[in-house]
Amino acid sequence: MARNLQLNEKGELQHLLTIEGLPREIIVRILDTAASFVGVTEREVKKVPLLRGKSVFNLFFEASTRTRTTFEIAAKRLSADVINLNISTSSQSKGETLLDTIDNLAAMHADMFVVRHAASGAAHLIARHVAPHHHVINAGDGRHAHPTQGLLDAYTIRHYKQDFTRLSVAVVGDILHSRVARSLIHALTTLGTPDVRAIGPQTLLPTGVESLGVRVFHDMREGLRDVDVIVMLRLQNERMKGPLLPSAQEFFKCYGLTAEKLAVAKPDAIVMHPGPMNRGVEIDSMVADGRQAVILPQVTFGIAVRMAVMSLLGGGAA
Amino acid sequence: MSVALPDAERVYAELVRQLEPLVTPETGMVGIQTGGAWVAERLHRDLGLVVPLGTLNISFYRDDYASSGLHANVRPSQIPFDVNGRRLLLVDDVLFTGRTVRGAMNELFDYGRPESIGLVVLVDRGGRQLPICAQIVGATLAVPAGAKLDLRRDGAGRLSLHLEPGG
Repeated sequence: MARNLQLNEKGELQHLLTIEGLPREIIVRILDTAASFVGVTEREVKKVPLLRGKSVFNLFFEASTRTRTTFEIAAKRLSADVINLNISTSSQSKGETLLDTIDNLAAMHADMFVVRHAASGAAHLIARHVAPHHHVINAGDGRHAHPTQGLLDAYTIRHYKQDFTRLSVAVVGDILHSRVARSLIHALTTLGTPDVRAIGPQTLLPTGVESLGVRVFHDMREGLRDVDVIVMLRLQNERMKGPLLPSAQEFFKCYGLTAEKLAVAKPDAIVMHPGPMNRGVEIDSMVADGRQAVILPQVTFGIAVRMAVMSLLGGGAA
Repeated sequence: MSVALPDAERVYAELVRQLEPLVTPETGMVGIQTGGAWVAERLHRDLGLVVPLGTLNISFYRDDYASSGLHANVRPSQIPFDVNGRRLLLVDDVLFTGRTVRGAMNELFDYGRPESIGLVVLVDRGGRQLPICAQIVGATLAVPAGAKLDLRRDGAGRLSLHLEPGG
């Protein structure tokens, strides 16, 4: 079997590409390290010197303001220099290949690449190509993976619910197109969550989703019964124009999270959303702003989790 | 070569004796994890300090990060008081190269600007690589450079020193 591209020969994290196949100890280490960084962000000086003198290149071949910003803040809080490249408007449009772009940036002494790309596997391709002292973080590739989002979701769940081995977690909505859902499901099963549920219409659930270790529900009220955690997914506007769904109103009626549907879950259930939210499409405003929502803490924890990943990658002689 | 190790509890009592005349109700105490935090916990109680105890995990300030990577984490740093303008006592178990103390001071200054920092160590084993010295020392020991001197704490909270000869 081929060596896990994400780990070096000592079994330490070399790149973060996907949660699938990542050992449990490494996931726990990332979450524990993130907990230490949460305290740093509450101090007078919100920076530590770990990545001083290192350069982090944010390569966004696909637009995403929030993810790029949180990676940028995380790198800056580790004292790295951050260079943001919006490649869709740059050399790629002049015909340069992805790997030529990477070689050029490596020649500029980049240490870490944070890559967002519309094509699944783009970050893997780069990781396979670069020299061992370069590190690659996948910030979302196609429908495939968004590991730091999955990790920050896991961090949020652990923060509020502590022990994964006693939890029921429901992931609701467009799981078919969601790299967030895929990454979170892998994190949850690796961390020993006994009951993970996928709730959505047949047309938005990938075929064979059960093989990831989830139970499938098409009826939202049935699926939310007694769960501890509800993760709502964004319904991408472009999907609604396609043949998979009748209309946004129809979707909200069946799969939008309202106070009435939320009441079926445990009384202390938390409500999560990776953002950006479509109020009135997948989530009602009353719920999004309600006391059970932890959507904004997710954003804050996201910075600490990205600091943890970068600091675990950036140290030590690779 | 064998080194006679002193009884850590006796050395600790010596620390208390030296510190008693020096502390005031305003003194802030910060222990470096893990051994230094154990000593600081005891001192904080035995000296009747009122400002809550702080602890530092200096993993994010170590100068060997580039070669050794991030050390396995213990608990996050916690400084539950305002550092600005305060006289601080920084506590560690064993003073050796001085690099840990440098990291700890760098971290403390990211919380604010203290009036002063005094260094309190249970044992000074020599071997300094930086211009750092402790103001309050429980015991001074000559330990060979390659050996590892550790403080341990048993279930009853009793402290003891252990020496592993270097390879």
